[in-house]
Amino acid sequence: MHPAIRRIGRFFAGHLDQPLLGGVLLLMLTGLMVLFSASNGSFVRLSGQTMNMMIALGVMWVFANIPPHYLMRLSVPVYVLGVLMLLGVAFFGEIVNGARRWLDLGVTRVQPSEMMKIAAPLMLAWYFDRYEATLRLKNYAVAAVLLIAPVILIARQPDLGTSILIFASGCYVIFLAGLSWRVIAGLAIAGAASLPVVWSVLHDYQRQRVLTLLDPAKDPLGAGYHTIQSTIAVGSGGLAGKGWMSGSQTHLDFIPERTTDFIFAVFSEEFGLIGNGIMLILFLLVIARGAAISAAAPTLFARLLGGAITLTFFTYAFVNMGMVSGILPVVGVPLPLISYGGTSLVTICLGFGILMSIHTHKKLVQT
Amino acid sequence: MSELKISPGVEMRDAEGELHHFRVRLGIASTFVLLMFGVLFARFFYLQIVMHDHYHTLAEANRISILPIVPNRGIIVDRNGVVLATNYSAYTLEITPSKVENLDGTIDELATLVEITARDRRRFKKVLEESKRFESLPIRTRLTDEEIAKFAANRYRFPGVDMRARLFREYPQGEFFSHVIGHIGRISQKDLDRLDANERSSNYRGTDYIGKTGLEHSYEDQLHGTTGVEQVEVDSGGRAVRSLSRTPPVSGSNLVLKIDAKLQEVVFKAFGERRGALVAIEPATGGVLAFVSKPGFDPNLFVDGIDPQNWNELNTSPDKPMVNRAMNGTYPPGSTFKPFMALAALFYGKRTPSQAISDPGYFNFGGHHFRDDKVGGHGSVDMYKSIVVSCDTYYYHLANELTIDLISNFMGQLGFGSRTGIDIAGESAGVLPSRDWKMRRFKQKWYAGETISIGIGQGYNSYTPLQLAAATATLANNGVMYRPHIVDYVEDAAKRDRTLVEPKPWRTLDVKREHIGVVRAAMVGVNKEGTGARAFAGAPYTHAGKTGTSQLYSLKGDKYVESRVTERLRDHALFIAYAPADKPTIALAVIVENGGFGARAAAPIARQVFDYWLLGKEPAKPAKEDDDAPSH
Repeated sequence: MHPAIRRIGRFFAGHLDQPLLGGVLLLMLTGLMVLFSASNGSFVRLSGQTMNMMIALGVMWVFANIPPHYLMRLSVPVYVLGVLMLLGVAFFGEIVNGARRWLDLGVTRVQPSEMMKIAAPLMLAWYFDRYEATLRLKNYAVAAVLLIAPVILIARQPDLGTSILIFASGCYVIFLAGLSWRVIAGLAIAGAASLPVVWSVLHDYQRQRVLTLLDPAKDPLGAGYHTIQSTIAVGSGGLAGKGWMSGSQTHLDFIPERTTDFIFAVFSEEFGLIGNGIMLILFLLVIARGAAISAAAPTLFARLLGGAITLTFFTYAFVNMGMVSGILPVVGVPLPLISYGGTSLVTICLGFGILMSIHTHKKLVQT
Repeated sequence: MSELKISPGVEMRDAEGELHHFRVRLGIASTFVLLMFGVLFARFFYLQIVMHDHYHTLAEANRISILPIVPNRGIIVDRNGVVLATNYSAYTLEITPSKVENLDGTIDELATLVEITARDRRRFKKVLEESKRFESLPIRTRLTDEEIAKFAANRYRFPGVDMRARLFREYPQGEFFSHVIGHIGRISQKDLDRLDANERSSNYRGTDYIGKTGLEHSYEDQLHGTTGVEQVEVDSGGRAVRSLSRTPPVSGSNLVLKIDAKLQEVVFKAFGERRGALVAIEPATGGVLAFVSKPGFDPNLFVDGIDPQNWNELNTSPDKPMVNRAMNGTYPPGSTFKPFMALAALFYGKRTPSQAISDPGYFNFGGHHFRDDKVGGHGSVDMYKSIVVSCDTYYYHLANELTIDLISNFMGQLGFGSRTGIDIAGESAGVLPSRDWKMRRFKQKWYAGETISIGIGQGYNSYTPLQLAAATATLANNGVMYRPHIVDYVEDAAKRDRTLVEPKPWRTLDVKREHIGVVRAAMVGVNKEGTGARAFAGAPYTHAGKTGTSQLYSLKGDKYVESRVTERLRDHALFIAYAPADKPTIALAVIVENGGFGARAAAPIARQVFDYWLLGKEPAKPAKEDDDAPSH
């Protein structure tokens, strides 16, 4: 090959991790295929989502080219900015449908909670890396405070789904940083004991969703309707599914939000247990690659960040599929890389970009 | 190296051990991941293999269907209860394409029972292309009683074809209210995305229509209501046989407007065939009494989905009937700007009412002559006379002394150049010229020479008739400002609770009452002995006004001769006014596009409007243009 072409090739692909990219693209293509069926053959949605994917892949490429030590320098400012914007939302946010999630910056509206999905693990990874040599229980406590502050702000918006995801991502960092088992056990017991308190501060609609999970028939028109219909869709799919574009639950309008949060019900109905198995394997491959990259990372910062990104991705997938199949309450979490919508797609791909950067900038750091 | 000075109690971890530690933790997490995916797979296996028969039956038989019950859309009435938008119920014949094998054959067969015209077929084809195959789509609307009976008897022959009672929207006042009420239309993909984003799409299940423009759009949330739900048992053909449970829908709220429908009609007709806009406001409340943009269009065309021919006509007409001139047309205010300039002069102490200038007929600025309309000038001119005879030279001087900064600051407070906040979405802001604006717009600094023509309402000045009307109402209300609003209150359909849209003043202008009094006295003078006197001769009530002309055609030193300019390049005629002069109940701004001088085309319309509002006098024909009116 001509050296110039090789150089161009290296410019574009040099920092992309092929196995990870491959897994992401396979999931994206699956997503487009399901979306086409879920939207009753709407090319508008299809082209819209293709556009979202292009943007997300662009973001991924950009972040894959940013060396981890730059990200490290950005950790604190990004985190502080995120918390300030969350405070801004709490005081001046725009109320959309009863929840205060958006901040109007004049030029554009932003959802700071989305930014926190990356900023929180970034901050914690930076913090543990900084005190790497002298980690003590006190440091874990500080980390917990750094995590809890934004989580509470987001939960109060109210956006329970997002706050749980961010809480999980921070917990992964703390766990991977080596919090002692004794403390973990203590926290688990304390957590279980405080459940009644949590219950009392939940919003009515949030309690409703948990109750609905226990007995969907109680609220067949509201949240229970989602669960009942999506469970029927999954169950009626059987071993091999009803075939692409032929799911009756889907096309007779029984599945609500079937292009976004409940898209997995469409996939399940049309591709059955075999399809579900393949999808689980695809998710596992991406997760395994993320874990491998994290395990081989040269710095504690990169290891913790990579591990948290990988495990958060898993959490998204698990929570969504669990919700659709009726073992978790209905929380607004999209199926990563599959559900229609640009915001979460960009956040997820940004995370993968960071993973790729960790992997491909490894050698530079070691020398 | 710092290693040598480790303080006691701080242990250094070796990198290898640390890495090992991390990998153990990651391994534990990975096991957790596998375990959780195992749980998911087990759940899938349980649902899809063990319980498959159960769910298969549920999905296949689908005996229980949950049907939305569409709420009644709220109606819209004027201040006296005259209906402006309402619903009527009619039967439609609908086909669900996915349940019908031979679509054309079925339609042919249906045509033997009920009348189906070629136009019906075309519209059905168009709707079919735009919708999902699983929706029930209307082939015929408004069935007659005979047709209903015929189809009911033959229903068994047509699986997938159904008769439904549906509500249709109707706008009895037609084009008079096209730009106020707006219209509804079929829900588009864009509407759907927006509803999805607000998590409101479930409330639109079963609803085909949504407010697209005007009040129908901006009050969509209040008008729509809450969709009810009915659980029904269905037979194998998908038809409901028995109702199991029912949550009734909640009807949308009604809108009661400040507008008087009769006044609106008077205004609309006063324009005759001319284009333009008029906004009338009740100064004491900010309530809009009339809001007209001419020409209008018949909003009823849009309700069933507009056919391509009418759509093209509306879109390609050079008169642009779809443009809402009252709030999206922006025009230089011309001399109607002068009363506000005079107020600015008093506010900043740049003029006293009696201070006079000598007007030679022009103002010299850096060797350039800014002309007054009257050759030779008006002689000695004080503030009163400057407004009554509309003396340009007075305001050239004034603008130059005030500078662009004070002008834009003061006019900004009056609401010029920013949205008034009226309750119809999509209002234009217009242009209030300032140094900042010019830098942003043209990346150029402001030249002092550009300030001169700003003083007489020309130059970069560009405002909507609505802004002009709101500023006039502020003057008429002695500086207390209300946001203009069309809707007086929203009325809950069941409980009859009323929610006022704009109960409180928005803010009060920081101007002395006596200063406003000076300007208002001069505006009374305009109609008594000045440029508005001819149009208001013999009116039995007190009134105040100001004429204006908004230049389209660049004069380049020539004197403007109307007959030399083609009609579309003629100046726009403007007029602002309020009445009665001491305790105004109505303030308005009117513009007649290409109407020439304000006194000629616009003032007579204002006269007809006041005559109706204050005396109840209905004009016999459109306001006549007054060819002998003073040219300013």
